[in-house]
Amino acid sequence: MLQIHREICGYCGACVSVCPEGALELVDAYLTVESDTCRCCGICTKACPLGALEVTDEE
Amino acid sequence: MKSEYDILVVGGGPGGAIAAWTAARLGLSVCLIEKRPAIGAPVRCAEGIGKELLKSFIEPDPRWVSADIKRARIVAPDGTTIALDENKAGAEVGYVLDRKFFDRELVWQASKAGSDVFVKTRAVAPIMEGRHVRGAVVECCGKRQDVRAKVTIAADGVESKFARWCGIDTTIPLTEMMSCVQYLVTDIDIDPNSNDFYLGNDVAPQGYLWVFAKGERSANVGVGIPASKNKPDMRARDYLDRFMRENFPNGKIIECVVGGDPVSRPLPCTVADGLMIVGDAARVVDPITGGGIGNAMYTGRLAAEVAARAIAQGDTSKAALMPYEEEWRSSKMGKNLERNYKVKEYFITLSDEKMNTLAQSIEGINFSEITVMALLTEIIKRNPKMLLELKGLTHALV
Repeated sequence: MLQIHREICGYCGACVSVCPEGALELVDAYLTVESDTCRCCGICTKACPLGALEVTDEE
Repeated sequence: MKSEYDILVVGGGPGGAIAAWTAARLGLSVCLIEKRPAIGAPVRCAEGIGKELLKSFIEPDPRWVSADIKRARIVAPDGTTIALDENKAGAEVGYVLDRKFFDRELVWQASKAGSDVFVKTRAVAPIMEGRHVRGAVVECCGKRQDVRAKVTIAADGVESKFARWCGIDTTIPLTEMMSCVQYLVTDIDIDPNSNDFYLGNDVAPQGYLWVFAKGERSANVGVGIPASKNKPDMRARDYLDRFMRENFPNGKIIECVVGGDPVSRPLPCTVADGLMIVGDAARVVDPITGGGIGNAMYTGRLAAEVAARAIAQGDTSKAALMPYEEEWRSSKMGKNLERNYKVKEYFITLSDEKMNTLAQSIEGINFSEITVMALLTEIIKRNPKMLLELKGLTHALV
């Protein structure tokens, strides 16, 4: 699953626009992920300038 | 909030604000919504804009101009510096703004002209009739309502979702999304009238690091690298921290902003039935400098003007809105975007050694204007051998 490390995230949206599935969104300036849509491809983890996103094995 | 407007603008940055301001001045009913709690915050920008470009929209005001830039310097990997002197100053430098106040001023002007403005209000879905966009479902403080509009202008920035919801693929390839981090640093020794750009694989691979003056002893110090170049142990922030340690070890960081900057080509089409896309959402960002304020304002104003004509004629179909697309693409801005994209694609292939050679060949020249074109012209004039090196660019320059 995609894990958002909220203590690191800058809520900038860089990950939102590279997500091929449109699974990420800034809601009230906070990053959210639609877990049903997210394929855990990891592209967003590469786009994040701060390293706030991580694909983990946790369910 | 009314349930029906002529124009609904999604996003309160410079593109959305100018669109709302223009449409209201043309006598249309306008609703502008901004999902964040405040206009202009948080800032996600290095805040630079050309003087003449800015003046074509609004008279500069000391309340939101942080620095009047007289010079620019480009520092090659080996330290060779190209000084771009001012009095001839041109398009790429000018003012460093204070976006917190600048964005608010634009939205304030839109409001004074008659636009309804709502913050902490976001679009959650388009209202569609077949393939025609008829406004949006908006949410404010947990309450949802339909806001119908004859034309909806998507000005929702780099993280744009609205156009995607309307069926347009807005995904940016990882290689064309610049991953950026910037500190506002105080108590540092800088030239308060200069904007400096640092190049090189050690400093910012396939990107650049900037020091934009924000006053006597303050500057926006930031770095942008392609998102694909981010590595777990060497992300944009790591490059910036290293530069800070080496150059401004005693600087006080009073703000940290992060963001994505699209340096792709613009979207293949920026209109649909009842929908227009402007600014960063349309990807009209200069692929070399990453600057997008002026282009956002330009597309915002043009979109509103075309929308007003279409509404007056009672036809807001894609065909009726297409003059917006055609006009910006054939404009100076549109042509510069295409040319600079090709130039950027060439420059990211250059090694540090080649960049040093290029810089050395034009070091010490006093440029007549600070533009990408002027730089390239001078490179070729001073060092004809470079013409061969730059042959990959000739198709972009003709």
